Amino acid sequence: MANLIELQVNGKRSLVKYPPDASLLTVLRDELGLTGAKYGCGEGQCGACTVLIGGAPRRSCQVPVSAGVGKSITTIEGLEKEGLLHPVQQAFLDAGAFQCAFCTPGMIISSVALLHAKPNPTSSEIIQFLQGNICRCGTHPRIIDAVRQAAKTMQGGRP
Amino acid sequence: MNGPAQRFVPEPERYEFRATPIHHFELDRRDFFKLLGAGIAVFAIAKNSSAMQETAPGPRSFHGEELPKEITSWLHVGEDGSVTGFTGKVEIGQNIRTSLAQTIADELRVPFESVRMVTADTALTPFDAGTFGSRTTPTMTPQFRRVAAAARDLLIGVAAKEWNVAPEGLIAADAKVSDPASGRSLRYAELARGKTLAQNLPAEDPVTPAAQWKIAGKPVPKVDDRAFVTGRHQYTPDLRPAGMLYGKVLRPPSFGATLLSCDDSAAKAMAGVAIVRDGDFIGAAAPSEREAQNAVAAIHAQWKEGPQISNKELFAYLKEKASSSSEARHRNQKGSVDDGLASAAHRLDATYTIAYIAHAPLEPRAAVAEWTGGKLTVWTGTQRPFAVRDDLAAVFHILEGSVRVIVPDTGSAYGGKHTSDAALEAARLSRAAGHPVKVVWTREEEFTWAYFRPAGVIEVKSGLAADGTLTAWEFHNYHSGSSGIETPYDVSNQRTEYHPVPLVLRSGSYRGLAATANHFARETHMDALARAAKIDPLEFRRKNISDARLRSVLDAAAKSFGWPRKKSQEGQGFGLAAGFEKGGYVATCAEVAVDRTSGAVRVVRLVEAFECGAIVNPDGLRNQVVGAMIQGLGGALFESIEFENGRIKNPHFANYRVPRFRDVPEIEAVLLDRKDLPSGGAGETPIMTVAPAIGNAIYDATGVRLNSLPLVPNGLRWV
Repeated sequence: MANLIELQVNGKRSLVKYPPDASLLTVLRDELGLTGAKYGCGEGQCGACTVLIGGAPRRSCQVPVSAGVGKSITTIEGLEKEGLLHPVQQAFLDAGAFQCAFCTPGMIISSVALLHAKPNPTSSEIIQFLQGNICRCGTHPRIIDAVRQAAKTMQGGRP
Repeated sequence: MNGPAQRFVPEPERYEFRATPIHHFELDRRDFFKLLGAGIAVFAIAKNSSAMQETAPGPRSFHGEELPKEITSWLHVGEDGSVTGFTGKVEIGQNIRTSLAQTIADELRVPFESVRMVTADTALTPFDAGTFGSRTTPTMTPQFRRVAAAARDLLIGVAAKEWNVAPEGLIAADAKVSDPASGRSLRYAELARGKTLAQNLPAEDPVTPAAQWKIAGKPVPKVDDRAFVTGRHQYTPDLRPAGMLYGKVLRPPSFGATLLSCDDSAAKAMAGVAIVRDGDFIGAAAPSEREAQNAVAAIHAQWKEGPQISNKELFAYLKEKASSSSEARHRNQKGSVDDGLASAAHRLDATYTIAYIAHAPLEPRAAVAEWTGGKLTVWTGTQRPFAVRDDLAAVFHILEGSVRVIVPDTGSAYGGKHTSDAALEAARLSRAAGHPVKVVWTREEEFTWAYFRPAGVIEVKSGLAADGTLTAWEFHNYHSGSSGIETPYDVSNQRTEYHPVPLVLRSGSYRGLAATANHFARETHMDALARAAKIDPLEFRRKNISDARLRSVLDAAAKSFGWPRKKSQEGQGFGLAAGFEKGGYVATCAEVAVDRTSGAVRVVRLVEAFECGAIVNPDGLRNQVVGAMIQGLGGALFESIEFENGRIKNPHFANYRVPRFRDVPEIEAVLLDRKDLPSGGAGETPIMTVAPAIGNAIYDATGVRLNSLPLVPNGLRWV
């Protein structure tokens, strides 16, 4: 049943007592109160629950919490540093790249992972990478613009 | 949900403002100031039920006894100069929290940042029956503008009294009242201090014309935008009151199934689990979502199921049921269609079909319920907080005043969040468990137990003179709805009927209602007529339209698109469509590329012109228009609910396809700002003409005429 599991989320160590096969999303949201990652489908189809595990984007609804042990986990709450937004967050803000914004945390986390792997992606690379993130409000063109802008900012040196 | 009760006249209805005080005002005013602190308040009053007809069908609109039923919005200027606007409307991504605050700031002459909107809280905001029908901008914007103007006059009056001068010479600007004659000025905060001044909206109070707006009409960023990019904003599923349990509901195996027997002994034996059985409702509340799921899974229930039709026989069924049902609910006739058809040089009859589609808001239906004593508080993502409150009061046999419904800014709805289901479930479980309970629907529950945009069959008969003038137009909509059913073209002989059919699947509002279906049929048919008469589709429409606003959007879209265009390769095609509804005018041009070998259809480019009067926030409007175009792309090309024997066969994003990044074409939205016209809503109308424009472009590319939505769920068979 429930095991004691040690997680490292947003640079902070936490001990949680959970069944090891519980989803990471559930533990983040219900146990650690990190509700930025969203439940959108529970099937790994919409990307609203995306977090970074060891720097790679993962659908946290599909990841058992045990798979997060010993790895550095970053959620949307962990991107802002000392009141300063991550360039991707700032670019989404500047582009107004959201409407209801329920998909936004997942979009931003996925985009951070993309720009980490490919600092200067083409439009088609952005589209390809974000294909697994659903935005039902239809804000896609602005999201692409925001990622492009963030790439520029980050290449100019992170502020 | 569907049908005439939900249908509104497209023009903004005329709210009547009255200066006469309400008889039970004193009590409420004291409560009001107790809640908000001293200051200055102005209330907008709906004089009679006409102002609330759209939102409160049935006897509820005639109660007229409670203050919130008559007050439709209010504004408070606090002792610290803070300004708060109150409305029962909800923020669901359409950005009204921002646009309404802009309007208040503009008219009250205060900085945008000093205005806060309190929305959709049945304990704090005036009665409002719902956020739908693109009504917020046409009704709430002018109301808040007049309320703000009245508050400004009150503040000027206070200053005039203070200085013992005539109010006419005083000026309100930058949150201050100034006297140019003496050079004195007082801040609003100073003027409001120690006051409990309240006023109902005067009958006449001139407001600032759009050409002179300073804060409205500008692309102000979304209020609290930082909370959305940092994950700090809490949607309903993010709430976790102390002691909260997680709720799950046992769903029947198919629609309409009734409970025969139920053994919940194993579930009841689970530690910390509360099981509720109430009629056919069976649910569990537990300390974790998994335990609640396990408990529900441990319940052995037997259901009685009946045979039900599938989508294969749907359209024949709709026609059959409609022809045996009574009168058409919407009927309009002019001239003689028979004569018009007899005199026609070209005749064209066609049948169109529209599949069921789902809203699929990314935030599923969710609610958190908490009982304190006999009182119930529910947080839920709904478009109709007061209707949810009333449902809860009725179901639990308590007074409306004992129920408070609060709507956190919600992860979209698109017309899909009008019912109380999740709220009722959470409240029922919470009452039994004695703890707050949260219910969040799974994606499969969303796709199955919510409601759909109704399917439909549309039949059109038409006639055309040799010169391309329409001579006859007969239009029958079976089941899908009457919104946007009337043709905007000039036809002297016409008949239009909407034939309701008893529900097959639970159905209701969807962004644009049936206007999308009706425009698809009409604009596809118009394209076919233009082809029959060998006239360019744009010229053909211009020839048959006298409405200047409709011509303007057609011309604007055509100009930006470069219509008419020459094809440069096989499989390339261009199409257009236009229409108006709910005070908005729209025209779309589409370019498609069809691959002959694979049958793959790619939308290459969409250009849409939209006009809804004076634009309140061009940035928010652009988001809404582009968003509607992309959402419309899904219903146009591939979205379709498949069902059989009371079961949804594709209740997952893996098999119900919604538009994703790769589906999104090059998009251009041309916004026409008519500062001489009142501001209209924009949430729905921009979706209407996407599907027919794409369908017409596919015809242009291939010669294949597609008369069904979705157009190409499995690609195009183009031989």
